[in-house]
Amino acid sequence: MTNIIKYSKKAYFFGRYVFLKLRSAFLDLLPIILVVTFFQLVILRQPFPQFGEIVFGSFLVLIGLMLFIEGLEMGLFPIGESMAYALAKKGNLFWLMFFSFALGFSTTVAEPALIAVTQEAARVSADANLIDSSQESKENYALGLRLSVAFSVGLAILIGVLRILKGWPIYYLIIGGYILVMLVTLIAPQEIIGLAYDLGGVTTSTITVPLVTALGVGLATVIKGRNPLIDGFGLIAFASLLPMIFAMLYGIFVFS
Amino acid sequence: MSQIISEFYDGLFLTIIDVAPIVILVVLFQLLVIKQPLANPRRIIVGVTLVIFGLTLFLMGLEKALFPIGNIMARQLSEADFISSSYSDTSSWIAYYWVYIFAALIGFSTTIAEPSLIAVAIKANQVSGGTISMWGLRIVVAIGVALALALGTFRIVTGTPLYIYILAGYIIVIIQTIFSSKKLIALAYDSGGVTTSTVTVPLVAALGIGLSSVVPGSNPAVDGFGLIAFASLFPIITVLGYAQIMELINKKPKISSNEI
Repeated sequence: MTNIIKYSKKAYFFGRYVFLKLRSAFLDLLPIILVVTFFQLVILRQPFPQFGEIVFGSFLVLIGLMLFIEGLEMGLFPIGESMAYALAKKGNLFWLMFFSFALGFSTTVAEPALIAVTQEAARVSADANLIDSSQESKENYALGLRLSVAFSVGLAILIGVLRILKGWPIYYLIIGGYILVMLVTLIAPQEIIGLAYDLGGVTTSTITVPLVTALGVGLATVIKGRNPLIDGFGLIAFASLLPMIFAMLYGIFVFS
Repeated sequence: MSQIISEFYDGLFLTIIDVAPIVILVVLFQLLVIKQPLANPRRIIVGVTLVIFGLTLFLMGLEKALFPIGNIMARQLSEADFISSSYSDTSSWIAYYWVYIFAALIGFSTTIAEPSLIAVAIKANQVSGGTISMWGLRIVVAIGVALALALGTFRIVTGTPLYIYILAGYIIVIIQTIFSSKKLIALAYDSGGVTTSTVTVPLVAALGIGLSSVVPGSNPAVDGFGLIAFASLFPIITVLGYAQIMELINKKPKISSNEI
């Protein structure tokens, strides 16, 4: 009897917990639902095509978001934090730098969004007669661009981690980066500029961001004299800035 | 049913490929460099599994529900019939006003649902001891993306060069950086990069390419890009602006600007 009470209590708390998480995921999605419904019914005045499919898809989005956020705090954040603690405790600068670079490079190089954008870039460049329009030269171009972007993200995380260690103020580095972007823009071929600017936004995936953020905040927490808020953030900023510079430099290098 | 299952497997496979480099890297480092087991390995494995399944379902749902209808809407709103029915002078940039409103609202709402922004907001909230509210940060960033997409679609319609806007944006960020308190700067810079991932990018790319293929005299290869660049720049401006406003408000009653 007591067991039944115990289990039903447990089930109640679990159910309540899931309900609260579902509600909060629903609130996250509510704006999209409102905007899409408003435009479809009021502005375009059309019924929803395949209504069942859309309801089912929205349900998947809801469950998926709930599981992702739950897993974030259980899995991704602890991994980033414990790597930061362990590597800081080890006190070996080389391994910390190596890890940072490898994390940036390996999570970017196979990123589907990046592959898609580089192929698009190859097509656009071939159309503009900047590169040879044969399949092979397009593939080489796309691969080269992808590797230089992945390299730049690795370098970005490395520089960002070094900044946290040394306590350099972030704005000098970022503003310096902006000035570099402006200078490179002046000499970069017109066709690559828009793509290069967009590349900055696509390199950081949904799995990389939490991990890298936890790594930065973790490092800034363990290292004496660093403030997690002031010094812990900023890694993502480098990872969105450097790819722009490298993509344009790659364009200049290949086209000339 | 079998089709849904095969879609699920395809999505799961892609997500696992996304996670694999991280897992390999972390395991190699634990074994070879750190030589200590992770604390609480069971909990972490469960967490990573939840992330993989969650992201798979999330993306699968987006493919089914949001992306098809978002693409259709973006196309319909920029079609000549719709433009001419809502505004008489179709050659004017004002005729596309529903496109700007749609871009702003879809930018705002997809940013609120962006999982990586939620992650950064959770961390910022923890680190600041609760003074940075999760919803506050997300709403300010989402307003930035909304402004960015409205201006970005305006740019595509008018055909003005992208780099001028970006350079102007950089100059604004630099000026704001000089005058704002140093506490939120790193977070503000980060918020630029996190806004554009799973939910926003596919819709925004479709909107840009679709719009530039409809607008007369515009070339999708040159003009279709740039929306994502806008969406990564403007949140920095709104977050820095928000920090400045809060500072002004907090300064007046008493000197407690270290709250932010």
